[in-house]
Amino acid sequence: MIALLLVLAEVTVIEHARIDTGDGRRIDDGMVVIRGDVIAAVGVTTEVRDATRRIDARGRWVTPGLVDADALTGLVEVPLEKATVEVGLDPSYDAVRAAFSVLDGFNPRSVVIPVTRVEGVTSTVLTPQGGLVSGRGAAVQLLGDSVDEMLIRSPIGVWADASVGGRQASYGARGGILLRLREVIDDVRQYVRRKNDFERNQMRKVAASRLDLEALIPVIERKLPLVVEVHRATDIQALLRFAADEKLRLVLAGCEEGWMVAREIAEARVPVIVSALADLPRSFEALGARAENAALLAKAGVKIAISPRERGMATSRTLRLEAGNAVANGLPWVEALAAVTRNPAEIFELGRVGLLSPGKSADLVIWAGDPFEPLTRPEKVFIRGRDLPLVSRQTELRDRYRDLGRARPRP
Amino acid sequence: MRLALALVLVAACAHPPPPPPPARPVEAPPPEPAAAPIAIVHATIWTADAKNRRIENGTLILRDGRIAALGRDVAVPGDAQVIDAAGRNVTPGLIDAHSHLGVYPSPSADAHEDGNEATGPVTAEVNAEHGFWPQDPGLPRALAGGVTTLLVLPGSANLIGGRGFPVKNRPARSAAAMRFPGSRYVLKMACGENPKRVYGKKSGPQTRMGNIAHVRAAYAQAQDYARKWESWESKGKAKGEPPPGRDLKLETLAEVIRGKILVENHCYRADEMLLMLDVAAEFGFKIRAFHHAVEAYKIADVLAKRDVAVSTWADWWGFKLESYDGIQENLALVHAAGGRAVVHSDSPIGIQHLNQAAAQGLAVGRAMGLPLTEADALRWITINPAWATGVDGQTGSLEVGKMADVVIWSGSPFSVYAHPDKVLVDGHLAFDRQQGIRPSDFELGLGKHGLGQQ
Repeated sequence: MIALLLVLAEVTVIEHARIDTGDGRRIDDGMVVIRGDVIAAVGVTTEVRDATRRIDARGRWVTPGLVDADALTGLVEVPLEKATVEVGLDPSYDAVRAAFSVLDGFNPRSVVIPVTRVEGVTSTVLTPQGGLVSGRGAAVQLLGDSVDEMLIRSPIGVWADASVGGRQASYGARGGILLRLREVIDDVRQYVRRKNDFERNQMRKVAASRLDLEALIPVIERKLPLVVEVHRATDIQALLRFAADEKLRLVLAGCEEGWMVAREIAEARVPVIVSALADLPRSFEALGARAENAALLAKAGVKIAISPRERGMATSRTLRLEAGNAVANGLPWVEALAAVTRNPAEIFELGRVGLLSPGKSADLVIWAGDPFEPLTRPEKVFIRGRDLPLVSRQTELRDRYRDLGRARPRP
Repeated sequence: MRLALALVLVAACAHPPPPPPPARPVEAPPPEPAAAPIAIVHATIWTADAKNRRIENGTLILRDGRIAALGRDVAVPGDAQVIDAAGRNVTPGLIDAHSHLGVYPSPSADAHEDGNEATGPVTAEVNAEHGFWPQDPGLPRALAGGVTTLLVLPGSANLIGGRGFPVKNRPARSAAAMRFPGSRYVLKMACGENPKRVYGKKSGPQTRMGNIAHVRAAYAQAQDYARKWESWESKGKAKGEPPPGRDLKLETLAEVIRGKILVENHCYRADEMLLMLDVAAEFGFKIRAFHHAVEAYKIADVLAKRDVAVSTWADWWGFKLESYDGIQENLALVHAAGGRAVVHSDSPIGIQHLNQAAAQGLAVGRAMGLPLTEADALRWITINPAWATGVDGQTGSLEVGKMADVVIWSGSPFSVYAHPDKVLVDGHLAFDRQQGIRPSDFELGLGKHGLGQQ
């Protein structure tokens, strides 16, 4: 039965391409074979007998579809219109809202999704925002009309904020952040041990609601990472100590002063999600920000993901430029590609995306040239083996107005 | 009736009364600096002027702060310091027509919020020059990105936010000393959501109707004010009558009506830009540039015909409803319609990468089949923003006699991997990548004196 399906599936061969697989391998005159929705083979171009479609990609570059490790795709339609923003609970809820799941507010029909996808971003990590412990994140492929079609995995981590935002939610002091986190984690452990007492109301007051404690159990069991927004070097060190003490898996996000403590981050084997453009002393918690952050972290042996870290605007589509700027500031090219493909997939255990390799979801992009160059355009975007039309609300607007003045008589 | 009024005004404007002179600043812009002549040789020179040439293996001579000569067969003066730019690209210094550096500096802090005098929807009396902090760490970073001139504007909380001023990006102790020599002031105006949002629950305006009404009321007052001065100049002065009282708000608006101050109008939607053109026509002033203007592509024909520049981003969109229709092809479509396309940043990060934004706009334009060249796109970040800012006679292209504002790039200026190797302002080496960014005063000593292991 399975064999029969394989035979019937469309077999697309992209041949004669310059292929970068995402794990450091480069193949000149390479070939990717797509059977149905998965990658069947990656290698030097050879004859594939049962090909139903061949794409000559001579002079073209092929990479895995890009994965944005820190995005809000489908959670926010118009940032300044609050009724369209589904990133987290408002401040009236407790600072700890671990149970909140971004997936519940995700809109598969957001116009942001095609706008992002046509630029070669094929998967995004959806991150909750707000409070001290913001909630649970998820990862989606940017193709489909329903959550079920698009979902890669949820939850993939619990997000927290140890930057100035989390400080605000923690009694207005940096000391309040770890105070509250320690208290909550301790109560999760108590709760796991004494669930029956909790249910019978025979436990002292705990530091979070039942649902929030439940949501944090996978974190104390190290099944999910705690993903923490943090920037100041000393705050990073404090978090590394906290995670070691509590035996938690940690992922750091933002981390603008990360380069100052890169060795310690590397020794703790903690991955980091960074923007490549943050080079300003934009805040008193990021006075050491510099453009070489990504390169210096990687050089120290830290696993990095690069992301535009969209907040007030849908900027996920600029992911490749973000990677290019990291290269411009010292990060080797193949590591930059890994930072927007394989690494985010590994950090969040996304399994089937982020790599050109047999058995993976056929998510890939054919680029006119170096994908990190602004002059390069994506020519074809595949998700789950589908050759997607490169259309969005924006291309429709463009096409409506493109012949302005030429098509219509002048007034 | 309105037409008749307008004609009267036009007549009145033919002999505008001089505004009371501003005080001469203690620290004025430096005089033309007497730099040693510099010869940049073996360069690929992009002129960005009307001929928009690319000269291979060219020579550029800078002397006394100006461009003295350029071309393929230019002799190198004996006293010139020679910079070998073999294999490298040389462009005019980049210009950002929309920046809040200095008025919203880094680090962002309550103490640094100096860009919006949000105490009333019309504050034509304020001036960004008086809120500008010359020690903003964003300035040397913008310089490292090749930006030699930037237009510093008040924010967009207000319908009329106040005066903005062009800045020459060289370190100095005061705003006055950084002010672009001989430049005009500009007036920042804003339409749409921002003023509504800021004042909707206060004094108003609360709606787009209110926005327009407030703007018209302000200009109607300014017309009156201008007439009063006109009348005093032509009659009262000779009779020894005292001049009318100065009103700083109306003085600025009167200067706009007289065409002495350029209007820089923050406006997103096409329909709203057309409305503002009507308002401008009613009061007899011109709008120099629409800023942000994410829907300019819908009215690119009108904007080209009226010669209004479009100062916008390559890819910002959708952050509020009035920017929901933004498309990446905006720059290219404005250009293709014969208009003046300008890449602006409005951002302390974006200002460091204007060249990349131009490349993005070029790439999408080509992808939709428009016949665009790299030299065209270079104009979006050089001579076009110079025009929008009112300094195109002095900078923005490499032409003999213009200010020696020059960038030497490590690679193609349209590559993400290219850095400015050297940036010259007024013929002085203002940035050298080998020496790194010169930190502003604020950055000195930050995090350095722990005296730990390192």
